[in-house]
Amino acid sequence: MVNLTIDNQPVSVKEGTAIIEAAASVGIHIPRLCYWKDLNEIAACRVCVVEIEGKEQLVTACNNYVEEGMVVYTNSPRARQGRRLNVQLILSQHDCKCATCVRSGDCSLQKLSNDLNIQDNCFEERLEHQEWDRTFPLIRDSQKCIKCMRCVQVCDKIQGLNIWDLEGTGARTTIHVSGGRTIREADCSLCGQCVTHCPTGALRERDDTEKLWRALADPTKTVVVQVAPAVRAAWGEGLGLTREEATIGKIFDALKKMGADYVFDTVFSADLTIMEEANELLQRMASGNLNGKPMFTSCCPGWVRFVKAEFPEFVPQLSTAKSPMQMFGSVMKSYFAQTIGKRAEDIFSVAVMPCMAKKGEAWMELYYEEYAGHDTD
Amino acid sequence: MSRLELFTPSAGQLIVEGLYKNLEQRIVASPPGLCPVDITRAFIELCHAQTCGKCVPCRVGLLQLKHMLTDVLNGTASPDCIDRIEETAYSIMQTADCAIGQEAAGMVWRVSRICRDDFESHIRSKRCTCTTSQPVPCVTLCPAHVDVPGYIALVREGRYADAIRLIRKDNPFPCTCGFICEHPCEARCRRNMVDTSVNIRGLKRVAADLAGKVAPPPCGPSTGKKIAVVGGGPSGLSSDYYQQLIGHQVTVYEMLPKLGGMLRYGIPNYRLPKDRLEEDIDAILETGVEVCYHVKVGVDVKLDDLRSQYDAVLITVGASTDKKLHLDGEDAPGVMSAVGFLRDISLGNIPDLSGQEVAVVGGGNVSMDAVRSAIRLGAKKVSIVYRRRVADMTALPAEVEAAEAEGVELLTLLAPTAIELGEDGHVCGLRVTPQMISTVRGGRASVHASGEPDRIIPCQTLIVAIGQNIETRHYEESGIPVSHGKIVTLPNGGFEGIPGVFAGGDCASGPATVIRAVAAAKVTAANIDEYLGFHHDITCDVEIPLPKVSDHVPCGRVELPEREAYVRKCDFEAVENCMGESEIAQESGRCLRCDHFGYGIFRGGREKIW
Repeated sequence: MVNLTIDNQPVSVKEGTAIIEAAASVGIHIPRLCYWKDLNEIAACRVCVVEIEGKEQLVTACNNYVEEGMVVYTNSPRARQGRRLNVQLILSQHDCKCATCVRSGDCSLQKLSNDLNIQDNCFEERLEHQEWDRTFPLIRDSQKCIKCMRCVQVCDKIQGLNIWDLEGTGARTTIHVSGGRTIREADCSLCGQCVTHCPTGALRERDDTEKLWRALADPTKTVVVQVAPAVRAAWGEGLGLTREEATIGKIFDALKKMGADYVFDTVFSADLTIMEEANELLQRMASGNLNGKPMFTSCCPGWVRFVKAEFPEFVPQLSTAKSPMQMFGSVMKSYFAQTIGKRAEDIFSVAVMPCMAKKGEAWMELYYEEYAGHDTD
Repeated sequence: MSRLELFTPSAGQLIVEGLYKNLEQRIVASPPGLCPVDITRAFIELCHAQTCGKCVPCRVGLLQLKHMLTDVLNGTASPDCIDRIEETAYSIMQTADCAIGQEAAGMVWRVSRICRDDFESHIRSKRCTCTTSQPVPCVTLCPAHVDVPGYIALVREGRYADAIRLIRKDNPFPCTCGFICEHPCEARCRRNMVDTSVNIRGLKRVAADLAGKVAPPPCGPSTGKKIAVVGGGPSGLSSDYYQQLIGHQVTVYEMLPKLGGMLRYGIPNYRLPKDRLEEDIDAILETGVEVCYHVKVGVDVKLDDLRSQYDAVLITVGASTDKKLHLDGEDAPGVMSAVGFLRDISLGNIPDLSGQEVAVVGGGNVSMDAVRSAIRLGAKKVSIVYRRRVADMTALPAEVEAAEAEGVELLTLLAPTAIELGEDGHVCGLRVTPQMISTVRGGRASVHASGEPDRIIPCQTLIVAIGQNIETRHYEESGIPVSHGKIVTLPNGGFEGIPGVFAGGDCASGPATVIRAVAAAKVTAANIDEYLGFHHDITCDVEIPLPKVSDHVPCGRVELPEREAYVRKCDFEAVENCMGESEIAQESGRCLRCDHFGYGIFRGGREKIW
């Protein structure tokens, strides 16, 4: 064990512990921005700087480690000034129009800036402009990126897809799709991990809410909505509701009040998928088509994109069944339309889904014009 | 008012001088791989600050160049902007009044022509094709990519044996390199930005001196594959080491009585003591390498025989013959090649030079080895005869200084034109034509005859050290491609259409350094393994100490102490001594740990496997 003092409190932690974790062990929170334990301990934002007694340099708490007898001050005037100035520098390259940002209220930079009581910035705002295809399900806004590298790290180290990379050198270094590709050319599986790890609104999914409002207002359209099981399970969390309060019925009720004509639970089409896949499995096993290997489900478009891009040799092992979301759309624009006496073109099929890969799937050419337009509109 | 006053620089001027000094140091430690357009823009901004403001092309033109380069970088330039930059730069070169404008514009002009792709990418896709990829300068610049910050951290903790284990992951000659590596790793050490580079080679020497005997890691299970290696020099032995660790069985064919190649037969004992070379070779042999001594491939056994007996053959014959002056009398008694001279000494056939005048032709490291050996053999006077100036010599400056300290005369700007023989047919002098230094061609100052009359340098021994050649005949006859006296391999060390044969080291690269031979060995070892149908990893499980919190207070670099020239020139014992304990602590503490701080902690800081 190593003994040290942090903000006048004695601390005893294992050798090799980063100062930031040592402080956390006694309830001292050191402000941070880029840090993500075990994933991104790269000290890029320089927000977690602390003062070490006897040292001239401030050091970052995330990539410096405890030493015996070390005396650390996490909130000394010098540490505060260094930290505050670095946040102001970050803000000078960040589009701070929080009122129009999807992450407002859930933004690490916004919270940090508020916590440090930064009410104005001495540095002139200079935003980087990077072109982006805004019709793609994954949107990157270079003017909000603070170059924390979390997106690069999570994609490289965990997802293994290496979609993001640094580009350019010197002061112009930025994040972009790796290898000079555009996001559409890249093999992004649209898993959304980079969005989840982004501390600001620089990475987000394409917003399609307006399309729904327009359909709801169109008297010629019958709007049918499906809600995915994952949404049912998790929707309350983001709104701070308890499990008991966040019932599926509330989502259904809200959708009906907004003007949806029919609301369904995706579990129905999930059952269809399971039946299809089970039948297919039996058939393919009997015919020897699987060559003694397993058959993979095709129900998750993120997974399907991943296999196609990274392990194309396994594509024949994928089930040929559509995903539950797509099956729902197919059924709505065929059997259900007939049942309620509508044409397929009059059905507007909406999916409330937990993931970006579904947006990619909905607009795949493969699923276009089978009935009318896309299975999922 | 006095009529004349001595100039005293103002505080502002002194600060600017300091900035210039700082800039020089930063440029020394420049990270490799930066965007040429961005660096040119930054460079032209500095140049523009230096303009005196009198002339239009320099005062206004450089500014316009900067604006245009900025537009290119911002992605706002039109496609014809590259041509406009080139034309403007050319015009400034042509019309500027002095070097401030001419040379600055010349730089932009050259970049705009050579790096056109970079300009086009910025304009067309508004994207830069460059990216930081070489975060740890020492590791990047070491041809074998040895984990320098890792072993320095281990030395700092006194874990010398672990340091040796870590070095051996990429270089099985830690002790040898501790003595004689040319240390390209130090060239761009980031510590240059603070004061000066870390003495990396010195710290490797520390590890080698203090580690004691360190056994190699255990070999992997046998693959049953057999590999023949032709030549037991640094490249062959390094490749042997990794092949054995992988589990292949290597047999080395060595024409001389002992292993080591140029390390043993080319480098004098005072630079690399033989017993220290043995330390590395012993560890390599401990992995189970088999050796056939006194076998010369091409004479005693044919390459084709080896090909049929082994699963793969590696050619690492080095560059063991000498280049000739092509002057009459070159085969006369008293005239010898440096390669032969140094080899004879190592074989124990020590020539007696006492009382003689010795002239050595050439300005490279081998020439320094020859003159310093000649001094030690009792020569009365030893001279280096070189066509160019001392500054143009290819030898390491430290080697030239050491030779001078030991009393060697440097006779420069003299081109050998004839070998003078006495009545007995023995050499008695070297006729030289005085030269004058002239225009710079291909980055190097050329020479031509100055018009002064020829001179004769009296000598009873003449040693020629103007380069080495490679014995390629047998290989050429066996179908191995040879061009300009070198074996020509594919980038993987193999040959098109000759499966199972590989080559590396000096015989493929031309005469180079031990660390480049080791680098080639890594390439051939990995590719022979792939050829044999495997993909073994070479790795090292030594845990690297975490960095300590420290301020970077500027601090001088500890050099390895040398024995006094007056004493050391009388024997062949090692010239260099090791550092002291507190020096080791201080010097190892100067490492900035670029593996952990800066870009290295994000990526590329440590490659644990190859």
